Amino acid sequence: METALSLRAKFISGDYTPTEAVKAALDTIKEKDGEIHAFLDVYEEAIKEAEVATEEYKAKGADTPALLGVPIALKNNILLKGKKATGASKILENYTAVFDATIVKRLKAAGAIIVGAVNMDEFAMGGSTENSAFGPTKNPVDTTRVPGGSSGGSAAAVAMGAVPIAIGTDTGGSIRQPASYCGLVGYKPTYGAVSRYGLMAMGSSLDQAGPLTNSVADAELVHNIMAGLDEMDATTIADDTYPVLDSKTTYTFGVPRHFMSEGVDEDVLAVFENHVESLKAAGHKVVDIDLPLFEQGLAAYYIVMPAEVSSNLARYDGIRYGHSAEGENLLDVYEKSRAEGFGAEVKRRILLGTHVLSSGYYDAYYGKAELARKKMREELNDVFEKVDIILTPTAPTPAFKLGDKEDPLAMYKQDIFTVPVNLTGVPAISFPMGTVERDSKSLPVGVQYIGPHGGDARLFVAGKTIYDECK
Amino acid sequence: MLGLMKREDIEHLSTLSRIRLTEKEIETLPKELSTIMEYVSVVSGIADNKELDKPQVGARFNIFRKDSITNKPNEFSEDIISEMPESEGRFMSVKKILQTDE
Repeated sequence: METALSLRAKFISGDYTPTEAVKAALDTIKEKDGEIHAFLDVYEEAIKEAEVATEEYKAKGADTPALLGVPIALKNNILLKGKKATGASKILENYTAVFDATIVKRLKAAGAIIVGAVNMDEFAMGGSTENSAFGPTKNPVDTTRVPGGSSGGSAAAVAMGAVPIAIGTDTGGSIRQPASYCGLVGYKPTYGAVSRYGLMAMGSSLDQAGPLTNSVADAELVHNIMAGLDEMDATTIADDTYPVLDSKTTYTFGVPRHFMSEGVDEDVLAVFENHVESLKAAGHKVVDIDLPLFEQGLAAYYIVMPAEVSSNLARYDGIRYGHSAEGENLLDVYEKSRAEGFGAEVKRRILLGTHVLSSGYYDAYYGKAELARKKMREELNDVFEKVDIILTPTAPTPAFKLGDKEDPLAMYKQDIFTVPVNLTGVPAISFPMGTVERDSKSLPVGVQYIGPHGGDARLFVAGKTIYDECK
Repeated sequence: MLGLMKREDIEHLSTLSRIRLTEKEIETLPKELSTIMEYVSVVSGIADNKELDKPQVGARFNIFRKDSITNKPNEFSEDIISEMPESEGRFMSVKKILQTDE
């Protein structure tokens, strides 16, 4: 699969042009997206920007921005001025963004050419992209299966070869799990590394945007373009907020084996053990670690996240923008607009969040869950005294069949390894570690590397050596 | 039992969250939400409440910026007004809030 870095090298040498690359992207979408349904919106006019970029390479060669002429796709919960930003929800079906998200501004400044908006679970709630109000996306590896979610459209857009880079958002695994299901690299930065300004808020203390790519080097490139302090998001961190880590060539990896003892497919575990062996063979140290609270992470997540969802989604009221239903009075307009506009999973989470925040339950649920987060962070910091990187499978299974997980709780359990990362705010990367067989098809499965707070660079260095160079 | 939800609970949450639910939703949601609430109840065993007075939200806190104007006058007004479901000139229209018995 083509990477952004290899495209860039060809643009500089003149072997290939942005015009050709963007045309190829649009052609691939025309050819394949009828079946895959990764895209909600395609920007044909991107070809004009590509023509300008082509001229710029002719004039300036390597003296051009790092992503100039590279076609990319944006998850549709990221605001791009003048374009539909639906969050894959009926309530925002006709909503047009009035400004660019900070990350969009930075990607544009780096020369990236946005060719379209991609599908997702409604408001990023789900793990299969089946919760999109505009129909599910299929996994390009096996079209009877889901691409994962919630950034399933981002993953499918890259996996079907339309774009080398798609931007997703990750609240509990929404970049890493689809990357695992589609055989890609997916990156969730340290909380605060990337501005959330112009992203539709889901769980504000958990959300981060990151890239889905074909290589770790591409993920690093894109992350570094998007990251950095932003006056418009007070939670963004500076380079020195967390201590800078020593650079290393061999690492001590920690494996929370007890945490993987239940609910993980046997062949996924076998592929994981192979990966562990290959790390040892390459001179790394692998030790067992205990993270007892991580096993309760999913429970804490399903309190904190719905709580934040219920407050964040209160803004969709049918009054200022988005779908508005006819009603007798103001309350009637609110209740009907929200009833018609939200899908089943979104309603479920709003109700759950309203419940855990309501008087009499707040202390027992929300208070305890926030406390659990604090304790998980402490537990994690202790472990990072001893190990450099924590290692888990990204998801307990490969991509499942469309329509296979109707029980919400069964769907939630796919995120068991990814949610503790968001709860504690540390960075993590997922890249392919091998394949497993299902119905005589080879399906990719990902490994997750978790770093300490601010350890983004360490994950990129490790990922480039261990994945990119061995592909 | 902590976590078990009844029909009345769902109706109450429906009002609080400003989402009108259908009869079918009111019937299926108590069971769905009870299963989830039962699952998440394990957090109640995590630690005692005394530690709650030591909150830790994130790495940074009390972030301030200058209260300065970041956009030109009317830079976004037209775009924002055009997104309103109902508007009159430069105003957003809403339904009556106070009911009078006339």
